[in-house]
Amino acid sequence: MARLKLKEHVINRDWCKGCGICVDFCPKQVLELDSKEKVIAARPEDCICCKLCELRCPDLAIEVLTDRDDKND
Amino acid sequence: MSVKEYIRERYFPHMWCPGCGHGTILNSLLHAVDQLQLDKKDLVMTSGIGCSARISGYVDFHSLHTIHGRALAFATGVKLSKPELKLIVPMGDGDALAIGGNHFIHAARRNIDITAIVMNNRIYGMTGGQFSPLSGAGKKATTAPYSTIDSAFDVVKLATAAGASFVARSTAYHVLETIDILKKAINHKGFSVVEILSQCPTHYGRKNKEGNASQMLKFQKDTTAKIGSKALEKNPLLIPRGIFVDNDVPEYCQAYDEVIERAMKGRKA
Ligand SMILES: Cc1ncc(C[n+]2csc(CCOP(=O)(O)OP(=O)(O)O)c2C)c(N)n1
Ligand code: SF4
Repeated sequence: MARLKLKEHVINRDWCKGCGICVDFCPKQVLELDSKEKVIAARPEDCICCKLCELRCPDLAIEVLTDRDDKND
Repeated sequence: MSVKEYIRERYFPHMWCPGCGHGTILNSLLHAVDQLQLDKKDLVMTSGIGCSARISGYVDFHSLHTIHGRALAFATGVKLSKPELKLIVPMGDGDALAIGGNHFIHAARRNIDITAIVMNNRIYGMTGGQFSPLSGAGKKATTAPYSTIDSAFDVVKLATAAGASFVARSTAYHVLETIDILKKAINHKGFSVVEILSQCPTHYGRKNKEGNASQMLKFQKDTTAKIGSKALEKNPLLIPRGIFVDNDVPEYCQAYDEVIERAMKGRKA
């Protein structure tokens, strides 16, 4: 199966309420809240594209865009 | 398709508090509907009153935001008149099992093809934190400052006893399980009940010192276990998650059509 490769974390700052659920449950500590209490992808290079942040977000404010990484086929 | 295709973006950001589990349940439901590739023209959501019930405003399906406790009654009417549509009825624990308890058991008894989702945060969120029939004993609420003495319903056992032909439980923490269960519940022909434990950090969490949304989610993780798991075997006090009932029994609209056919004795209506 082709593995997923990160394109980007698309964050909707108008919808994010800074609850911190995505930050607390990211298995790789990729996300942080900034000084305005909005989520940012602080360490995107560590993302394993599990998309749990996207699925758990109560505000539909984060989407993990991915590509298929054919090198890992 | 993206889940965004199934929402009314103009009403976002939504009204739920930061970290409210109801938002995650909406998220899981949208993913379930998206993965099933359902056409939104075939979906109807009816809801009653409560923070949970506001969900019907956010989905771009046919929707009816009705009266407290009566979402299933409206859904029954829609389903009987247009059986080809898929009915999804999310309810709060108060909406479903306090004021709406009678509608709930009778919809289950009839086995009408509706997907009922109980967004169980164990409190009345919208009206400021009164206890509900799902709070359980020993909990704090605005109406129980010295703690509750009523025991809670077990939604799974109640729905099963009342005759629901699909009964399952998940939590706002276990999103992958929730999506999978919701897909099966929506596809099931008959009355399906999916209880999803949700968190109300604003009222229940604060009153019962359960911490912030993440701590409440961790609590859902720590106090539940999959049916058939070692964890549940070792600690039967954990709340079981999974699919408890999945039966093939005659569905109400189909049975009703057969009555019409018998009454018409082959004549056209
Ligand atoms: C007939 C009627 N009785 C009472 C109310 C007041 N009321 C509004 S929402 C609600 C309870 C909400 O609790 P729940 O259904 O658990 O949903 P939540 O807000 O926690 O999601 C009540 C009692 C009402 N709107 N209508
Ligand atoms: S009051 Fe509770 S249930 Fe209502 S939106 Fe806030 S956290 Fe959610």
